Amino acid sequence: MAKPASTLAKKAGALMSWVDERLPVTQFYNDHLAKYYAPKNFNFWYYMGSLALLILVMQIVTGIFLTMHYKPSAAEAFASVEYIMRDVEWGWLIRYMHSTGASFFFIVIYLHMFRALLYGSYRKPRELLWIFGMLIYLALMAEAFMGYVLPWGQMSYWGAQVIINLFGAIPGIGEPLTEWIRGDFFVSDATLNRFFALHVVALPMALLVLVVLHLAALHQTGSNNPDGIEIKKVKGEDGIPLDGIPFHPYYTVKDIFGVSMFLLVFAFIIFFWPEAGGLFLEHDNFVPADPLVTPALIKPVWYFTPFYAILKAVPDKLMGVMLMGASVLVLFFLPWLDRSPVKSIRYRSMLYKIMLALFVVAFIRLGILAVSEGTPAQNLEMRIWTFVYFAYFILLFFLSPREKTKPVPERVTH
Amino acid sequence: MPTDGVNNGRRRFLIATTSVVGATGVGIAAIPFLESWKPSAKAQAVGAPVQVNIEGLEAGQLLKVQWRGQTIGILRRSEETLGLLPGLDDRLRDPSSQESEQPAFAQNEARSLQAEYLVVNMHCTHLGCVPQVIPTVGPEPFDEDWKGGFFCPCHKSKFDMAGRVYKGVPAPTNLRIPPYSFLDDKTLMIGVSPEGVA
Repeated sequence: MAKPASTLAKKAGALMSWVDERLPVTQFYNDHLAKYYAPKNFNFWYYMGSLALLILVMQIVTGIFLTMHYKPSAAEAFASVEYIMRDVEWGWLIRYMHSTGASFFFIVIYLHMFRALLYGSYRKPRELLWIFGMLIYLALMAEAFMGYVLPWGQMSYWGAQVIINLFGAIPGIGEPLTEWIRGDFFVSDATLNRFFALHVVALPMALLVLVVLHLAALHQTGSNNPDGIEIKKVKGEDGIPLDGIPFHPYYTVKDIFGVSMFLLVFAFIIFFWPEAGGLFLEHDNFVPADPLVTPALIKPVWYFTPFYAILKAVPDKLMGVMLMGASVLVLFFLPWLDRSPVKSIRYRSMLYKIMLALFVVAFIRLGILAVSEGTPAQNLEMRIWTFVYFAYFILLFFLSPREKTKPVPERVTH
Repeated sequence: MPTDGVNNGRRRFLIATTSVVGATGVGIAAIPFLESWKPSAKAQAVGAPVQVNIEGLEAGQLLKVQWRGQTIGILRRSEETLGLLPGLDDRLRDPSSQESEQPAFAQNEARSLQAEYLVVNMHCTHLGCVPQVIPTVGPEPFDEDWKGGFFCPCHKSKFDMAGRVYKGVPAPTNLRIPPYSFLDDKTLMIGVSPEGVA
């Protein structure tokens, strides 16, 4: 009975070459999966990229289904979200997948970015890869902010009010610019409607394009790795990096394991803790938007809080907005601020390790302080950590060229 | 591309002019889309003055109304409250309202037409939240020596009972005073100055 099977294989092969002559499917599969060689020493941190891709797909799919029931008007938005939660079959699951997905998107992206800091993945020749990643992060922040406005609760409304008014701090054009963004003299139906359009059409398209560019840049240079050395420098006689393994099946299998573990946690949150105690879905957002009353403690969702703290720490409107903008934009310049002779933290100095640790503590403490009551002591602490946040970049620029580093091995270790 | 007999100057000129004309066309075509984001004719039409009955408003009490989409507060102040205002000057950023936005009739200590009633645009001059009115005098978590006033929950800006901004907070100027006038003792007209429509 072997004969029919081999005839079948022959036919499949013929079909494939028919397709390949017209569309380079096999070539694409080889270039990016079967013969794309990634370093063999990827660890936990290297799950985040594929997880981010998974979440993006999940957000798009759940988002499409949510738009089938949601009404983007100030009069109906809040009620339509409640309708999804109570009356639409499985609506609660789709909505919780989407809202929890937003928070997990940021968890995964922050870990992904931290990985780049750990192993110097933003360094030459991966500057463009890093910049596309930062653009994805910016688009994601806009996407998340506008998505948060859509349920038209109190936090949606006042969050929109504050974020749009940030642009009002720009001298000269501030006031007309905020009117242009809102489409009205206050946050209104017009604002909600256009944010809906941007959230469901414009920004997701921009995100997809940026992700394609991010991956194209990644596959041009190849992945960095925990040792921060270039595997392409040591190739075998066949031209394949000695420390490289094909992405498929090795890393597809690894990533499937990562996805399984991730979904386990993700499902637990969706089923048992979707509001995350007010972190993922804030309590005040269960109250319909009221233009007359600002909630007593207004704060952004957790993933924006560190930057919000920097805004709050400065007792001057324009300076506060500029410093907050700078705190995000400075990350774009990391590839040129870091001038250390080595990439990976494994071979960097103790001083750098302390600096990075302080940077992480500053980021987390700022996030926590942003949602505090704002006592004078807390305000002072907020200013100190803001200083530490920026000091990281300044010290990095001046100290990294003279850093006492350890010898880097020729081949990857573990 | 065959290059013999090519007039390179003309080729560059044609490429440059085609690019410029094309870019200009795209730029002009973008204008309608950008302009469509401006407040619509409908949004601009909603701006009529608002008449408010202030009968029965007690000292320390706040009445909120909406005018042009903004939250307008009407706060009745007691004699003691007004008496505290002059003593605050050195803690304020703009005590005599030089850099703040108000009709000429309200550029005074009490920032009002009749000292008893403060009519104020409630939106914080920092980023537009609506502050809480905490009229009581005494220590508060955000100020040990609180003399009563407005406290913004968003970024902790503080204003006194005349809407004047404290030093060391993010808000740059005093709360804005809208144009208003009294039709009679008990009726306010917001959006119309005593001299006429703003």
